[in-house]
Amino acid sequence: MELNGYHCDGEGCGEAEDEDTTGPMQIRSVAEAPCSFAAAASMEKAAAGGPAHRERRISNSTSARQRTDSLRKNRPPFPWFGMDIGGTLVKLVYFEPKDITTEEEQEEVESLKSIRRYLTSHTAYGKTGIRDVHLELPDLTLWGRRGCMHFIRFPTQELPAFLQMGREKHFSSLHTTLCATGGGAYKFEADFRTMANLQLLKLDELDCLIKGVLYIDSVVSVGPPECYYYENPTDPERCQQKAYNLENPYPLLLVNIGSGVSILAVYSKDNYKRVTGTSLGGGTFLGMCCLLTGCSTFEEALEMASKGESTRVDKLVRDIYGGDYERFGLPGWAVASSFGNMMCKEKRDSVSKEDLARATLVTITNNIGSITRMCALNENIERVVFVGNFLRVNTLSMKLLAYALDYWSKGQLKALFLRHEGYFGAVGALLELSNSS
Amino acid sequence: MATPGGTDRASHSLDKSITLPPDEIFRNLENAKRFAIDIGGSLTKLAYYSTVQHKVAKVRSFDHTAKGDGEPLYEISVQEEITARLHFIKFENTYIETCLDFIKDHLVNTETKVIKATGGGAHKFKDLIEKKLKLKVDKEDEMTCLIKGCNFVLRNIPHEAFVYAKHADSEFRFQNTHPDIFPYLLVNIGSGVSIVKVESEDKYERIGGSSIGGGTFWGLGALLTKTKRFDELLQLASKGQHTNVDMLVKDIYGGAYGSLGLTGDLIASSFGKSATADKEFSKEDMAKSLLHMISNDIGQLACLYARLHNLTRVYFGGFFIRGHPVTMHTITYSINFFTKGEVQALFLRHEGYLGAIGAFLKGAEEDNPNQYSWGENYAGSSGLMSVSPDLNPMQRARSGTFDMLEMDRLERQLVNLPLLQDPSSYIPDTVDLTEDALAREYWLYCFEEALDGVVKRAVASQRDQPEAAERAEKFRQKYRHKLQTLRHQPFAYGSLTVRSLLDTREHCLNEFNFPDPYSKIKQRENDMALKYYQKVVKSLEELSWDQRQFALVRGLLAGNVFDWGAKACCIVMVVNVYHCFFIERPWLVDAYNQWIERLKGPPHKCALFFVDNSGMDIILGVFPFVRELLIRGTEVVLASNSGPALNDVTNSELQIVTERIAAMDPVIQAAVKEDRLTLVQSGSSSPCLDLRSLPSSCKFVTNTVFFLLHLFVLTSSRLDKVLATVVRERSTDLVVIEGMGRAIHTNYYAMLSCESLKLAVIKNSWLAERLGGKIFSVVFKYEVPSKTQGQY
Repeated sequence: MELNGYHCDGEGCGEAEDEDTTGPMQIRSVAEAPCSFAAAASMEKAAAGGPAHRERRISNSTSARQRTDSLRKNRPPFPWFGMDIGGTLVKLVYFEPKDITTEEEQEEVESLKSIRRYLTSHTAYGKTGIRDVHLELPDLTLWGRRGCMHFIRFPTQELPAFLQMGREKHFSSLHTTLCATGGGAYKFEADFRTMANLQLLKLDELDCLIKGVLYIDSVVSVGPPECYYYENPTDPERCQQKAYNLENPYPLLLVNIGSGVSILAVYSKDNYKRVTGTSLGGGTFLGMCCLLTGCSTFEEALEMASKGESTRVDKLVRDIYGGDYERFGLPGWAVASSFGNMMCKEKRDSVSKEDLARATLVTITNNIGSITRMCALNENIERVVFVGNFLRVNTLSMKLLAYALDYWSKGQLKALFLRHEGYFGAVGALLELSNSS
Repeated sequence: MATPGGTDRASHSLDKSITLPPDEIFRNLENAKRFAIDIGGSLTKLAYYSTVQHKVAKVRSFDHTAKGDGEPLYEISVQEEITARLHFIKFENTYIETCLDFIKDHLVNTETKVIKATGGGAHKFKDLIEKKLKLKVDKEDEMTCLIKGCNFVLRNIPHEAFVYAKHADSEFRFQNTHPDIFPYLLVNIGSGVSIVKVESEDKYERIGGSSIGGGTFWGLGALLTKTKRFDELLQLASKGQHTNVDMLVKDIYGGAYGSLGLTGDLIASSFGKSATADKEFSKEDMAKSLLHMISNDIGQLACLYARLHNLTRVYFGGFFIRGHPVTMHTITYSINFFTKGEVQALFLRHEGYLGAIGAFLKGAEEDNPNQYSWGENYAGSSGLMSVSPDLNPMQRARSGTFDMLEMDRLERQLVNLPLLQDPSSYIPDTVDLTEDALAREYWLYCFEEALDGVVKRAVASQRDQPEAAERAEKFRQKYRHKLQTLRHQPFAYGSLTVRSLLDTREHCLNEFNFPDPYSKIKQRENDMALKYYQKVVKSLEELSWDQRQFALVRGLLAGNVFDWGAKACCIVMVVNVYHCFFIERPWLVDAYNQWIERLKGPPHKCALFFVDNSGMDIILGVFPFVRELLIRGTEVVLASNSGPALNDVTNSELQIVTERIAAMDPVIQAAVKEDRLTLVQSGSSSPCLDLRSLPSSCKFVTNTVFFLLHLFVLTSSRLDKVLATVVRERSTDLVVIEGMGRAIHTNYYAMLSCESLKLAVIKNSWLAERLGGKIFSVVFKYEVPSKTQGQY
């Protein structure tokens, strides 16, 4: 039974062979039991998803003891980090083991303890580092260890400070590999080496992204659903979040909105292609808002946008035609020209910063929606998952995307969202740790 | 959305002190009707229909019985003829009131009751128009007008569409008109973007669009740079560096993202740097970044729509594009990037006029303008980018920002020559002077040098009219100005070719009522040559078969060399036809042996012969050759011009000449009687069959008397319908093309689906050298298509 590309390891559960009766929730609970994720993952690699794979799994399950031994042997040493260094933000995923025995704790070197203490006892690091406490996955089992997954972010421009800290905390003495993805893994590789004496394992960001999405969706079972959509997106009164079961996700259009946007068509866990991308992304929204309103953070920009009115800035169809443009089926409320009213001096003088922020948000979001819709049509895919930090605390954009996709596709396309928006690349990087030795 | 929105300029504060040179701009208003107006955000386009009186030279046969020895063959008269013309004028909205006043003062036709209007500004100026012109404003849908206009220019104007390549030798690469213009995608970038799929004249659909368009560039640009005008924003953008504002792939990766093939210079996040840095950005850099962002976005969407609908022809228009090299470049770049070169961004020379043309067509439906063929009049049209201040400050100063397009209705409906192997890939002209700077220099110089001679000849042709000299002088100024324009903007009227230079001159001659400057010369030449006809035929009959075939070919070549004004060469031809120096073989291109081998085989079923010069060429060169073909059992179709062009024989002249020869020669007489020898019109008023326009020329004479001849063009959709029918019905299996102009300058590479003979003597040392020969080199090209079944 394959769940989002991640196999529940059936051994010790005795249920895996009975595929008909194995429901997703069962699988999830099984996955949380101390079982061999790493073994399953590495085994899959060998089998490459072929038909031989189940037999292999069964033959592998001869002895629980054997498995535990091999787990211990293959398990990477702590600390377990995954890092995604993007154009704007660094996303850091940290797995905090909660099942440390007294014996183990005594063996632990001081620097390891200090790192764990530093990360878990704070929710903010310096002026700009933040731990997204609401996202943490408290009761997770990874490679036979039970623990908590933490999600931390800080601006990419603070990376030197981070490296400085790593140096001070003697991170390099732990002889660990740091799995990193995103462009920064390449750009800052030398800095990691010279400033913190750290060797990076560089990973492809799209590989990591997809691994991360599939993994997180497969392990989250309690608490708020990982995947959700907006019901009644065209009716603001009745529009509300609903859980979505991403059990059979393929084919899937995955839209990652970071500083820029990448659009991937995913056909199976290791068969995907980058369809296209656009440079009008989160970076554009923030960059323009900074220039237009003088704000300096994403939160500030969003706050302003929430108070503004884009219709004062944009020229609508009805501004031109007095109503709908019926000849071509365009409703009067549709935006005919983003920022179109700003061609006129009087109107430029009458809009507020909030209006401009809102218009910027609407413009960028609608454009992503529009390109996504065209890709979905070209690729013949109906399910679209939006991820990336642009959507963080950005309900406005999510609802707009849900609306736009539903309206312009006449209900054919569904916009899905994931709670861990921007962290999937980092999670995917962390998962590669087991292959690092 | 196509409507450019509000402008910053107070377009109501009209500057009445502006003095227009209106008689040059709003021409033929006294005969004008069917007005249409397209008012955009900053430009107004006015359209109307007029009738133009033209002088036309006619020839009429004298009564045969009255024929005396010293009398001319036929009578020449100049008559008035009325033709239809479309006028389109583009000017800034600032001038609208002044222009309306002018039109009101000069409008004579009182039947006109309504004016068709379209464009975003139409409602704004509705009252003004109704008050000034006393015409009822009748609004038409903007998109419908746009598409109607687009279909019209694509169908009627060769080289309407072009590809823009900023760094190439010629920035504008014009597209050969495809016989079938549908289907295509029209991406109209006004304040927003509309993407329309056009499948036929009446079937089109707005398949999508985007709100990020010209208005976004303008509006956001104004906010970011405090620069109010669209043109100024583009100016800023052209000076900026987007890399200071945009986050590139290399800013994130340190280099390229190799596994995805994304290069380091690619923009990862537009304005991405302005989010992280706490610094000032220059206006230029922000404008550039904005331009890239918007162009890339539009390009990407256009590609996605093109792919979804499986379309490869994508035309871009709207005020964002209109004559702006900056935006044409960024859009082209974007399309190339997103389609990896599979789709080319196409632009239109008359893009700015589409709405006005469409609105006009809507209003003129009862005149059925779409059933006619129309041709761009080079004399009355401004040409591409003539008002661009960057390119032509001189012209801008001269006529403000007025730009004009005039189109003439063509007499006959034109169609394909059914014998072209691949009509869609056929390019008539051998050398594109837009791309070949050296050749351009040379030919522009030649035409300028020849101008004096042309003026003299024009005056001489109308000695009875005292004001002819004055008109000829106006012609000289006009044509010289055109040549100057073409020197600076070789792309002004599509691909510049020797043919288009000749056509432009012919349009200018017509403009000043010199319909047929060569009529008297042709008359004299025909008379003289006829006297030698029987002698030539007799001397040919005395030769052996082999000798005769060679003599016939030499006769064609000789007629081709001395194609005008040399009594001496008639004598050469008769007396000494075997000893012409240029006829020594082997020739530069020499397929004579293959031709002779072919003649030893079965006769051709039917030969189509595009005839050329009056005088000894037609009478002593072509007719003996034709006679031989007839005797062999081959039917012959002689295609000649419908109207005059320099010394080319026209259809009416050829009819008289044929009559005369038939009277002397029983072979010709029998063939005419039995319909084995047929005369048809080429459909052109010039030997340049590519042009569906008024008579144009294909020859010119310089002081040194060399001749550039007969640009006979067999282009797609440019041949007379009757001719095409005759060709098909008679199973034509041989086409003969003769003359430097038609066989070298044009059609040299034309692939026909039947046998073809192209022969010419190169009488221009510059051209001869280019082809690897010397002056008076002979080209004798006999071609058999690889697949012989491609015949009718």
